[in-house]
Amino acid sequence: MNIKWDKILLGGDPLLVGSQIAIVLTTVGIIAAITYFKKWKWLWNEWLTTVDHKKIGIMYILSAVLMFFRGGVDGLMMKAQTAVPENTFLDAQHYNEVFTTHGVIMILFMAMPMLMGIINLAMPLQIGARDVAFPQLNALSFWLFFSGAMLFNLSFVVGGSPDAGWTSYFPLAGKEFSPGIGNNYYMVALQIAGIGTLASGINFIVTILKMRTKGMTLMKMPMFTWTVLVTSLIIIIAFPIFTVALLLGMMDRLYGTHFFTVEAGGLDMLWANLFWLWGHPEVYIVVLPAFGIYSDIISTFAKKRLYGYTSMVWAVVLISVLSMLVWVHHFFTMGVGPAVNSVFSITTMLIAVPTGIKMFNWLFTMRKGRIEFTTPMLWSLAFIPTFLIGGVTGVMLAMAAADFQYHNTLFLVAHFHYTLIPGVVYAVFAALYYYWPKMFGYKLSEKIGKWHFWLFNIGFNVTFFPMFFLGLNGAVRRAYTYSAESGFSTLFLISAIGSIILAAGFAALVYNIYWSFRYAERNVGNDPWGNGRTLEWSIGSPAPHYNFATLPEVKTIDAFWYMKKEKKGLGLRKSDLKPIHMPSKSWIPVYMGAAFFVFGFMLVFEWHILSIFGGLAVLAGLVFRSFDYNSGYYVPVEEIIETEKWRGEIK
Amino acid sequence: MKRKRLIGSAIAISLLLLLSGCETNLVVFQPMGPQAQKIADLINWSLIWIGLIVIVVISMFVYFVWKYRAGANSKYEPEEHGNKWIEITWTTIPIIIVILLIVPTVRTLYDLEEIPEGYEDQEPLVIHVTSADWKWIFSYPEENIETVNYVNIPVKRPVIFKLTSAGTMQSFWIPSLSGQIYTMAKMEVELPIVADYEGSYFGKNTNFNGEGYQGMEFEVLVQSSNDFDEWVQEVKEKAPKLTEEDYTEILKPSHLGRLTFSNTHLDWIDHADHHADEYLYPDLYYEHGYPGQIFYDEDNDENAVEETGGDHNHEH
Ligand code: HEM
Ligand SMILES: [Cu+2]
Ligand SMILES: [Cu+2]
Repeated sequence: MNIKWDKILLGGDPLLVGSQIAIVLTTVGIIAAITYFKKWKWLWNEWLTTVDHKKIGIMYILSAVLMFFRGGVDGLMMKAQTAVPENTFLDAQHYNEVFTTHGVIMILFMAMPMLMGIINLAMPLQIGARDVAFPQLNALSFWLFFSGAMLFNLSFVVGGSPDAGWTSYFPLAGKEFSPGIGNNYYMVALQIAGIGTLASGINFIVTILKMRTKGMTLMKMPMFTWTVLVTSLIIIIAFPIFTVALLLGMMDRLYGTHFFTVEAGGLDMLWANLFWLWGHPEVYIVVLPAFGIYSDIISTFAKKRLYGYTSMVWAVVLISVLSMLVWVHHFFTMGVGPAVNSVFSITTMLIAVPTGIKMFNWLFTMRKGRIEFTTPMLWSLAFIPTFLIGGVTGVMLAMAAADFQYHNTLFLVAHFHYTLIPGVVYAVFAALYYYWPKMFGYKLSEKIGKWHFWLFNIGFNVTFFPMFFLGLNGAVRRAYTYSAESGFSTLFLISAIGSIILAAGFAALVYNIYWSFRYAERNVGNDPWGNGRTLEWSIGSPAPHYNFATLPEVKTIDAFWYMKKEKKGLGLRKSDLKPIHMPSKSWIPVYMGAAFFVFGFMLVFEWHILSIFGGLAVLAGLVFRSFDYNSGYYVPVEEIIETEKWRGEIK
Repeated sequence: MKRKRLIGSAIAISLLLLLSGCETNLVVFQPMGPQAQKIADLINWSLIWIGLIVIVVISMFVYFVWKYRAGANSKYEPEEHGNKWIEITWTTIPIIIVILLIVPTVRTLYDLEEIPEGYEDQEPLVIHVTSADWKWIFSYPEENIETVNYVNIPVKRPVIFKLTSAGTMQSFWIPSLSGQIYTMAKMEVELPIVADYEGSYFGKNTNFNGEGYQGMEFEVLVQSSNDFDEWVQEVKEKAPKLTEEDYTEILKPSHLGRLTFSNTHLDWIDHADHHADEYLYPDLYYEHGYPGQIFYDEDNDENAVEETGGDHNHEH
């Protein structure tokens, strides 16, 4: 085995050297701080080995915020590069790496974990459960995501970044045209994270089907939980396709097979088909839970029952079915003929119908309500007109013949940012403000929240609206520069200015987290918004680690709302309290994350012999797990009484 | 209050952009041939309906949010949760709009496959297009000439492009004349076009294909049929012959200016053929970072560069 030591670290470029130094310093700083404050034990016991769905949720969200930062910096670098024509801030190769990592990180390491975090946090609480069905598997999912994300990010400074776009189309992404190892990172890191996601999907489905509290029939579940159920179904259908595609891609790159190559009869279009068979459902995987979040928040702050609950459920189911039948719309231009293109145009446009139903239902939920403009509600409100623009431009793109003119231009880039940002990012922000008190026992500042809201919204529109026109002018995506004669300059400049405002909005969020951590009022009570409708608002804030002292009984939809109204089912009686069985913490998930990281690293560098040892380390984790007979522990009644003191005296 | 301000500024911004958009060149809305015209018509038709939807939904949104804000003392019915007829209405109307958009879409899709009306009786000019990293190669088999990075065509005569790729996947786009189509190695796709007006139009690749993607452009020069014939004649007489060695050089990853030849590479290779030889140069694509193993195929030996992966780092 011939290891080229001198080529492992990237060098030469000040940007890279700067990042390397920054990474090393940050790591040293973190380690020093933990040691100084003697927090290693706490970190290990309370976080790294935890199987508590709420803590796992918080870790997901924290990592996702970091990844948002990384992906956002990528976005800003691209905007800086294209702010003026023929700019030389980034060269072609760097620009290619940057948009590739931006796309991958934003979708797979930002949007996905954000939502996974919020699902973890809220879904078990909404159905009145004490944890997910397989708590240790849940921790494993997190650590696999984390391991994949870290491996992927490492590529920036070690070995070289992938540079074939987030779609990683072959043959470009194969060894024939990308001989460096950058694209190995894509194949391997996404595989590791993907296994975790698949496990989450299974976990959530079992949780929702098996662990709902007494009386909560499927049609009494909160809308968010419904969307999680459907999303998880999409995950277990779509992710295996990606798993296979990545495996074949990895074989092509690492072992010289010919699934997608030009050589020896490989089929590049097979990759495109497999990728989008997963990729289109993937965008619904991130957008459906967001729809659920909006449904809950809009009904909460309009103080009104969700309009058309049943049709909302059916709309989600219909969207999920259709989402599997539209993938060809990503390559109408492949010359497959008018018949095929017509069919996929129709299926794609049909998605507009259930989506429209949802839009109208949200609007009618507000009608005859009493709308309160809290920060979570502001994000939900802004979602409606912005996502509308994303949606209608989506219909325009769905018209295959017209798509021949929009495809691969900045019109497309504007469109999908108009769906992903209001459709996912706004929802995530809304949910963060909404659930923050449930996580930590205090609210984020509403005042700074409004700064965050306005800056981000204005910045977003100024950044992306001009791109529609750039696209119609003939500006293509993924181009690192353009000529002054093209006439694109003004719009590109406006867009770049917008991205600075956008960044200021993100900074306001970070400041808000810091400020609220220091100064926000504590003791917000179980129902900090005063209008809680679902079970998560019936328990203390922050939620106790066992969630529910006694499992609630549900009689209606919006159970907590009616409990409050009828003053029934809220109290806690001493005679009902019993010791609560909870799962024990475990080191195996974090070990597995580490083992997969090492294994993945060896694979990426094509050190075949070392990678066998990496594989054995993974296997060892599985063996340990098989001999793990720990069956959990009981929370004693005294501890429960102590924790539930906020309710007043428990008789 | 704030909401109103948001809407106000949104309208202002969009107007501003619309105006600035008109000033610059919305190439998609300036069709120069029947194919592009059909697409532009379809887009305009869609904009009517899209506009309608946007106006209706935004009006409802503004009205509801304003009217039912807390403190406005409008009607409050917290238990209201559905109405069959309203729901049927807002399901049916979108379905109708979808049908209104689908029908012309399908019709346009079929139309774009054909030589446009009024031009069927002319003999089409066949041009083979081969995309390679990062240039466009145009071969005129009938005329037996070949150009790189520019293509001349006669006005008002149907042209059939037969497209393939020598390597990565590209997308062939002349927005003034028609929509895009992908070029793929070892297969062929067809794109018929007609240009109604003489002039020079830009064409480019829109499908990302590596480091040199950005400059992968070509010029389409639409000439009167006399000028075109003259040009062909001149090329035949004056342009050099393309040899296999030259051609192998051309296929290496590079940006080339314009080239012209008085024969075509179709004489010895058609990349659209399923069993065509490959011209692959993995070494020449090495950028930076850790080099991976490269797998050579026997077929490709003669073209491959005799170097091992990653031992030359071209500066950037
Ligand atoms: C935070 C502000 C953001 C900015 C300034 C930004 C900017 C950009 C830019 C400039 C491009 C590339 C345009 C091109 O050269 O083709 C791009 C591509 C992309 N963005 Fe964003 N973006 C942002 C947020 C997001 C978010 C939140 C997501 C997803 C959840 C996202 C997903 C993508 C994807 C998938 C691509 C395509 C990458 C590719 O072409 O392979 N972006 N973005
Ligand atoms: Cu799609
Ligand atoms: Cu093909």
